[in-house]
Amino acid sequence: MSLPEIIRGKVYILGDNVDTDQIIPAQYLTYNPAIPEEYRQFGKYALIGVPGAQGGLPKGHIPFHDATDDFVSPYTILIGGKNFGCGSSREHAPIALNAAGIKAVIAEFYARIFFRNAVNGGYLIPFETPFRLCDKVCTGDMLRIELASSTVVNETTGEVFHLRPLGDVAPIIEAGGLFPYAEKTGMLSPKS
Amino acid sequence: MAGMTLTEKILAKHAQRDRVAPGENIWVDVDVLMTHDVCGPGTIGVFHKQFGKNAKVWDRDKVVIIPDHYIFTADAMANRNVDVLRAFVKEQNLPHFYDVGTDRYKGVCHIALAEEGHTRPGEVLLGTDSHTCNAGAFGEFATGIGNTDAGFVMGTGKLWLKTPPTMRFVFHGELPPWLMAKDMILSVIGDIGCDGATYKAMEFDGPGVYSLNMEERMTLCNMVIEAGGKNGVIAPDQVTLDYVNARNKLGKKYEVVKGDPDATFEFEKVYDLAKLKPVIAKPHSPDNKAFVDELVGMRLDRAYIGSCTGGKITDFRAAAKILNGNTVKIDTFIVPATTEIAKNLKTETLDGKTLEQVFLNAGAKIGEASCAACLGGPADTFGRLNSAIRCISTTNRNFPGRMGNKEAEVFLASPLTVAASALNGFITDPREYFA
Ligand code: SF4
Repeated sequence: MSLPEIIRGKVYILGDNVDTDQIIPAQYLTYNPAIPEEYRQFGKYALIGVPGAQGGLPKGHIPFHDATDDFVSPYTILIGGKNFGCGSSREHAPIALNAAGIKAVIAEFYARIFFRNAVNGGYLIPFETPFRLCDKVCTGDMLRIELASSTVVNETTGEVFHLRPLGDVAPIIEAGGLFPYAEKTGMLSPKS
Repeated sequence: MAGMTLTEKILAKHAQRDRVAPGENIWVDVDVLMTHDVCGPGTIGVFHKQFGKNAKVWDRDKVVIIPDHYIFTADAMANRNVDVLRAFVKEQNLPHFYDVGTDRYKGVCHIALAEEGHTRPGEVLLGTDSHTCNAGAFGEFATGIGNTDAGFVMGTGKLWLKTPPTMRFVFHGELPPWLMAKDMILSVIGDIGCDGATYKAMEFDGPGVYSLNMEERMTLCNMVIEAGGKNGVIAPDQVTLDYVNARNKLGKKYEVVKGDPDATFEFEKVYDLAKLKPVIAKPHSPDNKAFVDELVGMRLDRAYIGSCTGGKITDFRAAAKILNGNTVKIDTFIVPATTEIAKNLKTETLDGKTLEQVFLNAGAKIGEASCAACLGGPADTFGRLNSAIRCISTTNRNFPGRMGNKEAEVFLASPLTVAASALNGFITDPREYFA
């Protein structure tokens, strides 16, 4: 997998401290992500634990899925406030977002394990902003993330925002995750 | 050159380096990898996919598999996941497996690791569970990882880690009888916030820490993740060594590591235990701190005493002191973390009654050793909050929906506070029972 130059799609907005129990509640962890049909199920339950008023800000009470597809959400980009993905180490959290079609998350900062899992599993790109982007964009706006310049353009309003550079994890993200990165750097011998 | 903290020294040693500095990314050798029924199947999937169907784990003796999350449930998928673990253990011929339905079954992984001698000073322990930081109580580096990372470790015995800076929390004085380690850690989390230690190590120090037994030290380290911490750690002393040596059935050698006296801490906070009062975390975050005396009288529907952070024998001794001879006013659930603790409930006595009798006489219900309702789980899980009720609990998280229903309210507190509150049906200051 190589990195896309542009990630474009509708955005879904959440607030601060979106924990892994909200992203994928414990009762759905019995699916085994190693089995493709079960992996797909995680998309259906992604964000089902978010309390209604906090889903789809600023209005709230906007469902993450629409009537056309139970598994894949119409949204491509997720924006949260601070400490996104706090709580458990369940890799099912970035998996659920990936299965629901989320390609990138933008937050002020992440809880450590969620960030690692997202990067090492190559499920989505976790971008950070030095300011609260979740207060400046509305659920449903059309966004375009341009990776080369670390900018995000709100096509709905015309505003442009800057993202933090990806930093030390950039090589892992570019490689597509921990395994391809380890192969690239000689830590692992490439699979035949 | 400034010295290194305990965390830095352990990581440097495992990266075969003389020194590491905070922020440096290093590849470390792993001493123990733990996984359980929720993350094990995914980890095994990653391992097979990446290393091949016939691949072998890097070291059979270093992989520990502990089913504990969804155990006493009729949920077919949950039971299927334990079967996935069984098949893998058989395929790899793994010696450290604590299977459900056998004499070896243990219960909650973090306490099982300690009781079965898998936690040792100076080592690196990684587990597919965020509360793996629990084992830092033994003076080792321990942290939670995901399936991809764990699959990588299974095949290579290594993982890249970013060296965290260390924050130090020093406790002076000694705990009065109405306070427990849970009050200490809920204070810290409330003070620094649920992201106050993100990416950082939290080291606990001072006479107030070294007067605690190992179970209470585990309670401190267990909850550093609730402040975003990467690992919690307490330098080993004689109490640590006595516990570890008594449990070291496997006869593993280990090397005690201590921080340098001139190590640099990024942050330091000093507490005086003589000034601390019982602490509680209000819904829906463990950092939503209040003192119990500010909330006295708030009506409750349920009390829950269990989990890795609140279901050890020390927790039950504390609860029993208050429940002994009294009757609870609300549904009260007792869930021992491990089968060893469950056995101790039947043998340890208070005023001539076993702890089990004390609880049953008080009207509490006792469940089987496992994670149970700490993380909600399938609908038939013992103690699960299936409706929007208000619960006081000794567990470690009160996020929306964590114990079941997402409209339910969970208050986190020490076993003393939970037991006192169970007797009244409203939040109660345990100091009332120590007059
Ligand atoms: S008891 Fe609770 S916190 Fe501990 S491992 Fe089980 S689910 Fe996690």
